[in-house]
Amino acid sequence: MFYREAGQYKTTYEADSAIFPIRQERFAFWTFLVIAFVVVPLTASPYLFSAILIPFLILALAAIGLNILTGYAGQLSLGSAAFMAVGAFASYNFVLRVPGIPLLVAFGCGGLSAAAVGILFGLPSLRIRGFYLAVATLAAQFFIVWCLTKIGWFTNYSASGVITAQALVILGYTFDTPRAKYLLVLTIVALMALAAKNMARSNTGRKWMAVRDMDVAAEVIGIRLMSSKLLAFAVSSFYCGVAGALYAYAYLGTVEPEAYNLDLSFRILFMIIIGGMGTILGSFLGAAFIVLTPILLNIFVHTFAQSLPSSVSSNLEPMVFGGMIIYFLVVEPHGLARLWQIGKEKLRLWPFPH
Amino acid sequence: MMRHKSVAVWLASAALGTAVAFGATAAVADEQFIPLLSYRVGAYASGGTGIFGGYIDYMNMINQRDGGINGVKLTWEECETEYNTARGVECYERLKNKGALGASMVMPLSTGITYSLIDRVATDKIPLVTIGYGRTDASDGRVFPYVFPMLTNYWSQNTTKIKFIGMREGGMDKLKGKKIVNLYIDIPYGKETIPVLDAQAKKYGFIVTHIPFTAPGNDQQSQWLQIRQIKPDWVILRGYGVNVPVAIKTAAKSGFPRDHMVGVWWSGSEEDTIPAGDAAKGYIAAGFNVAGTNYPVIKDIQKYVYAKNLGNMEDKSRVGSIYYNRGVVYGIITVEAIRKAQEKYGKKTLSGEQVRWGLENLNLDDKHLKQLGAEGFLPALKMSCADHEGSGLAKFQQWDGKQWKVITDWITPDRELVRPMIEQSAAEYAKEKNLTLRDCSKEG
Repeated sequence: MFYREAGQYKTTYEADSAIFPIRQERFAFWTFLVIAFVVVPLTASPYLFSAILIPFLILALAAIGLNILTGYAGQLSLGSAAFMAVGAFASYNFVLRVPGIPLLVAFGCGGLSAAAVGILFGLPSLRIRGFYLAVATLAAQFFIVWCLTKIGWFTNYSASGVITAQALVILGYTFDTPRAKYLLVLTIVALMALAAKNMARSNTGRKWMAVRDMDVAAEVIGIRLMSSKLLAFAVSSFYCGVAGALYAYAYLGTVEPEAYNLDLSFRILFMIIIGGMGTILGSFLGAAFIVLTPILLNIFVHTFAQSLPSSVSSNLEPMVFGGMIIYFLVVEPHGLARLWQIGKEKLRLWPFPH
Repeated sequence: MMRHKSVAVWLASAALGTAVAFGATAAVADEQFIPLLSYRVGAYASGGTGIFGGYIDYMNMINQRDGGINGVKLTWEECETEYNTARGVECYERLKNKGALGASMVMPLSTGITYSLIDRVATDKIPLVTIGYGRTDASDGRVFPYVFPMLTNYWSQNTTKIKFIGMREGGMDKLKGKKIVNLYIDIPYGKETIPVLDAQAKKYGFIVTHIPFTAPGNDQQSQWLQIRQIKPDWVILRGYGVNVPVAIKTAAKSGFPRDHMVGVWWSGSEEDTIPAGDAAKGYIAAGFNVAGTNYPVIKDIQKYVYAKNLGNMEDKSRVGSIYYNRGVVYGIITVEAIRKAQEKYGKKTLSGEQVRWGLENLNLDDKHLKQLGAEGFLPALKMSCADHEGSGLAKFQQWDGKQWKVITDWITPDRELVRPMIEQSAAEYAKEKNLTLRDCSKEG
């Protein structure tokens, strides 16, 4: 009843190729942005900012990165956390060793370093695919973290191998409160998500999807496999690299290479599987699910089941979480983004489904 | 459709639960809130369950026996960190403002989480107490007013270990030319002692080889193969959790004598040796607390907590184990620091900033420890503005196949070596962060 496009005519090519072709969706999107940029900063508590929203946004950005590679271009990767580590440690070293470099430029350079490493580890994708490629990227995961731990130069010879991120100063303004950090992260994530969405809808994205669906066929119709696959690796790693830099600078503050371990790679992979492969929205939904559910469960158990011994409540959480993952995958194997789409289709017919 | 509806119901109830949790109002006055960043699952759960069990039981005993600290009851809430830095930060942010005046102090029991909290606690004015772990150079209280690596830090510990090895070899001069392998877990905690070992190798003339294994260290075949080739006189083990029994067993398999393996205190508990079985016999580890139930403080816990069935440990036989007793040490320091702060600020709920004063002026001499029923249980401790370590003493204990036997008295660390290194490292941190040093002569 409310969600219907009747009467909305598209008279220009621009209108026809808009990201949100329906007026209601545009309205909802802008409302959402206003909430994220204005209402949330005015109302949320420091806890929400620094413990929930910031990690959620950063991991959503990393999930977008992996989604570009795995969801759009069809190249399975288990090295996302390692590319995040490259971004973080490269940004740290750029700020440390290049005097006067603006921080955002350092993040960009960190992303580009990650992209370069990503291309290097993407080279095997020209010969191998599927699970074999996953194993090759697994090597990237172990090699990069090992490298960062082993070679003292990357951590500026810190005895314990941790780096302390420099202060977040951009154009003379210091982002030191949780709210300011949130706004910075939100801006970067929003812009990069927009760029990813448009990339996916453009020539580049179509090439990726063609390669994903059948690379021989894609080659036959004139898509160069090498450049498409390596571009996917580069763009994906760039996104992961920037996310890694933000993870160090805006979230943890002090980072050890081990923070970017295989566990984090798997979590990012789960985000896109549960959120929805090949959708930008899915990256956000998946990140929200993976980041927030354990925290909600923990709060839930501590609030409502205080009589339980803490050893039971601690173990209850991974059990319920695992059960929920299986449940969601059984109910909707295409992820939360697909559930959202189904919901929208039902809404168009409501209240008279046929 | 029904299925989706039930999902909606579930989500709604979860959201409601969160709202309740976020909206929970502050507790009534005269309660001192302690956040517990515990971990009871994962590779390091053996340490987490014992230590937090002892910690909670001690606080419970104070509430039951004395009605709190001078009438101020202790309250606490646990949050599961899984020894994961990101989760630990979330837990800290969640718990830091609970209670009437916020958290009194926080003990994350993880070096990784400690590093991520150092900047945050200075802003939030909550003392970060890391007993027997954490960032070593934070012992310089002039640079780190809110960080307390109390009792003993890793560098002090390491010098006591080299002294112990010297004693076994028959004098420090005998160390010349000896080969020592430093087998460590490749995370910040494991790497922390590398510089101090290198400095000592130079001082005493022994040869040190650093061999890392990746966390969690379930397989150490290649490391021990390397050790076999080196043929060291001693192996220093810096592991934690599941990798310690693995190290001991692999050492046995490769024929390395266990009584020439010296573990740090995170590698020396019953949970490390019992799984290793007979292989662990003779294995040596440092400790800043001892095992056993034969201390008045443990007897009081049994009388006031376990007799009333309020104990935290499911496996009651672990009461009196190394990790459990370490948790009791954490409890003693928490309670005594708050008591000290009450002397200055009054017998009421105190803020983290006020408890910080209590920590910095804490003085637990042997007489005081005897009153607490903990004489010989932990070393005497005297904190100051400049020295946030306070003791540095360690005992060494050996596993005889059934229990840990203390084999030395308290060994003093090599302060002349460690302190300048701490000050230099802290000064570098201060420079990087543009901090001005506190003038300790002006602190009251």
